[in-house]
Amino acid sequence: MRAPGGPEVAVGDVLLAVENVSLSFGGVKAVSDVSFDIRKGEIRAIIGPNGAGKTSMLNIINGFYQPQQGRITFKGEARAKMRPHEAATGGIARTFQNVALFRGMTALDNIMAGRTLKMHSNFFWQLLRYGPAMREEVEHRHRVEEIIDFLKIQEIRRVPVGRLPYGLQKRVELGRALAMEPELLLLDEPMAGMNLEEKEDMSRFVLDANDYYGTTIALIEHDMGVVMDLSDRVVVLDHGIKIADGTPEEVKGNQAVIDAYLGVAH
Amino acid sequence: MAPNAAAGADTFPKLLVRNAQIFGARPAMRHKDLGIWQTWTWAETLDIVRAYAVGLHRLGLKRGETIAIVGANRPRLYWSVIAAQVLGAVPVPVYADAVAEELAYVLAHADVRFAAVEDQEQVDKILSVTERVPKIEVMLYDEKRGLRDYDHSRLHSMEDVIEEGRKALASDPSVRAWFDGEIAAGKGTDPSIILYTSGTTGVSKGVVLTNERSINAAADTVAFDKLTENDVALAYLPLAWVGDHYLNYAQGMVSGFCMACPESADTAMQDLREIGPTFYFAPPRTLELLLTRVMIRMEDAGYIKRKVFHYFIGVARRYGERILNGQPVPLIGRVLYSIGSLLVYGPLKNVLGFSRVRVAYTAGEAIGPDLFNFYRSIGLNLKQLYGQTEAFLYVTAQPDGEIYSDTVGPACPNVDIRIAENGEVQFKSPGMFTGYFKDEDKTAEAMTPDGYVKTGDAGFFDEKTGHLKIIDRAKDVGRLNDGTLFPPKYIENKLKFYPNIREAVALGDQRDFVTVMLNIDLTAVGSWAERNNVVYGSYQELAGHPLVYDMIEKHVAEVNRSLAADRVMAGAQIKRFLILHKELDADDGELTRTQKVRRGFIAERYAPLIKALYDGSKEADISTEVTFEDGRKGVISARVKIRDMKSEPVAAAMGKAA
Repeated sequence: MRAPGGPEVAVGDVLLAVENVSLSFGGVKAVSDVSFDIRKGEIRAIIGPNGAGKTSMLNIINGFYQPQQGRITFKGEARAKMRPHEAATGGIARTFQNVALFRGMTALDNIMAGRTLKMHSNFFWQLLRYGPAMREEVEHRHRVEEIIDFLKIQEIRRVPVGRLPYGLQKRVELGRALAMEPELLLLDEPMAGMNLEEKEDMSRFVLDANDYYGTTIALIEHDMGVVMDLSDRVVVLDHGIKIADGTPEEVKGNQAVIDAYLGVAH
Repeated sequence: MAPNAAAGADTFPKLLVRNAQIFGARPAMRHKDLGIWQTWTWAETLDIVRAYAVGLHRLGLKRGETIAIVGANRPRLYWSVIAAQVLGAVPVPVYADAVAEELAYVLAHADVRFAAVEDQEQVDKILSVTERVPKIEVMLYDEKRGLRDYDHSRLHSMEDVIEEGRKALASDPSVRAWFDGEIAAGKGTDPSIILYTSGTTGVSKGVVLTNERSINAAADTVAFDKLTENDVALAYLPLAWVGDHYLNYAQGMVSGFCMACPESADTAMQDLREIGPTFYFAPPRTLELLLTRVMIRMEDAGYIKRKVFHYFIGVARRYGERILNGQPVPLIGRVLYSIGSLLVYGPLKNVLGFSRVRVAYTAGEAIGPDLFNFYRSIGLNLKQLYGQTEAFLYVTAQPDGEIYSDTVGPACPNVDIRIAENGEVQFKSPGMFTGYFKDEDKTAEAMTPDGYVKTGDAGFFDEKTGHLKIIDRAKDVGRLNDGTLFPPKYIENKLKFYPNIREAVALGDQRDFVTVMLNIDLTAVGSWAERNNVVYGSYQELAGHPLVYDMIEKHVAEVNRSLAADRVMAGAQIKRFLILHKELDADDGELTRTQKVRRGFIAERYAPLIKALYDGSKEADISTEVTFEDGRKGVISARVKIRDMKSEPVAAAMGKAA
């Protein structure tokens, strides 16, 4: 379901496909034989009860974990393994379940850090902050300011993020991820620990990022209301196994999903 | 140059043309966007407004129509106002935070067909009430974000409208002549704006103001405060409030000063510091908030810094006010004060964004003398004014050098004030409104037969200074049995300015004398008790402590002295008081949720105490039901002591009123 009033965003080709991926830590199977895809321009949710393997799945997608089996195809390029830096240069950005910002740096500098991969002038020029480096910095700063405006965090631009309340830190983190201009944005529980108002704001930003920047988004979220409102398609994991995949309506009515969430007598 | 009235320009669009001619290259508007201050000169502003007006005309905005303006302080919304005025349409600003309900009422009542709004939020709000605003046809928006997928048959981006106008101007030379014709066709007697009152007293009413009157009023105050094209103001107050429209828009047009729009409402304090305005307005609450913030931060500062700060604030308290007023000050005072300026006042004003402020005003509610004097003592030329939407703001204002914390100043130039029989302040002013929009009955109600506007406020002229003092809403002012005026809020405010007194309820209407029931402030009195080894276990115990009574008695005596200083108020001195055994609480229905005293309810609940206040007893028993935070109910009983106060003699003119 889309935001009221807005038509469906044209959802295009497959951007990322996960095929028969399995991952285990010693004897513990975190993910087993899971396949799904993420299409260009959509908001894709990964849900499931605690320990279902959602974060592991996200870590596999951005190359932090190497699956023992299976294949990941990103932008038509298939590879068994992807390194985190390859994922980053390839256009995958993410936020974390526990905020992972540079706490002593200002919100502005944190978001600026997201531009690092886009900076091309060499170390020498950057050190002097002169010539091409200066031009580049101005250009990047402009992009960062657009993101600050987009996320409405002008008033905290110069505040060290360690001093910010949690909800705002989450927003800064989203800003840093957006600064990378990613093709695929992975959000690990963007609304965790937020109050209703903060959740509503965050939902707005996720929808707007999808709409305005055309960013494809994959998100893990526990709040069912949020998931059902935001996402175009939902994949449901339970004990590392995919149990359902489809539109929010389809998933909501799926017996296996209901059982997984409510628990059934085995 | 001194902007001599409006030099023949009797409408705002004509003023804009004048400004573009004489101040062409000077900044008219600034706005912080993407972290950088953008500037538009008067000449550029005229170009934009010309294109915008052409675009609006092509969309069908006609002379005499209304157009709603909804949003925060942004250049394009101000340009919407002036562009509409060019076409002879009447802008109707609406509070950006108005709920859909209020918005619908104003839009429907004002018959708007056009609305210029800030962003998606406002568009959504208007779309959600379209069935109640059948006349609305066209919406223009400033911020494009989130609106891409909306149905654009009735929705236009301001940027595009301006661009359209620009193209039309470029391709057809006659369009420019048409624009000049439109401006020339505007008359001074045309309505220039409709400002809806906030509606605290019932349904909101649309106050219609005309070009000529608005400009005349603004020209008077611009001359009064010597504002010129070199001044800068930060436009951070709501667009729909008369204060913003007058202080920033009208005065800016008349004097040619630069109006700066903050990046967002939340950054206004930082933007204030960056812009360094020379003209500033803030309601007392904002000033209090700023001061509290400074004080809290000072408490966290290192030992030496803290000592230096408090020492020099003390110096400022002793000499600052007199230096600002140009009164004689001993040499040592001047020397200490200038060291203080270097070490404390200067940096402090810089942090607050007040370094360049030449004229600052506060109004809206009574301001505590301590708060008021603090800002004045550090060298901020803070003054008070009294005004109303119906007057197009100014009725009175304090001239430089004649500043008192408890008056609102003498009548402004060309304003005629009188006090009616019942104590109500009535005025005639150059900027006064022509009527409420579509509401002749209300207009007739608000005017006297001889053309004065009734303010609804009670007040009197101070004999020593000749300044007006506002005491209360006229309908709340009562009379003692001997006919003396009894303004409860005036007395209560005087008491509440003491940090030790948190709440006060004054009684006296149709009685022989005035009595008050007080609440002490647990934080302030508690810390006093700690310092003075007064042991207490509860609010009730502290409130009943004889030493606390002694301290409060001194405050009451001081209030009596200040009441005695005014002949009008001398009869309303406090004869007896008591300190309540419990704090007045909204949970118990004694206060409203906005912390206002509910007199009627309190009179009923504390009837035994009130009886005792008037029958001469020295103490009284009371038991009241209270609701605890978890919803349980309990009963507090107490024996409350009552103290008698002696009357202060009515002072002859000596010193200024406290």
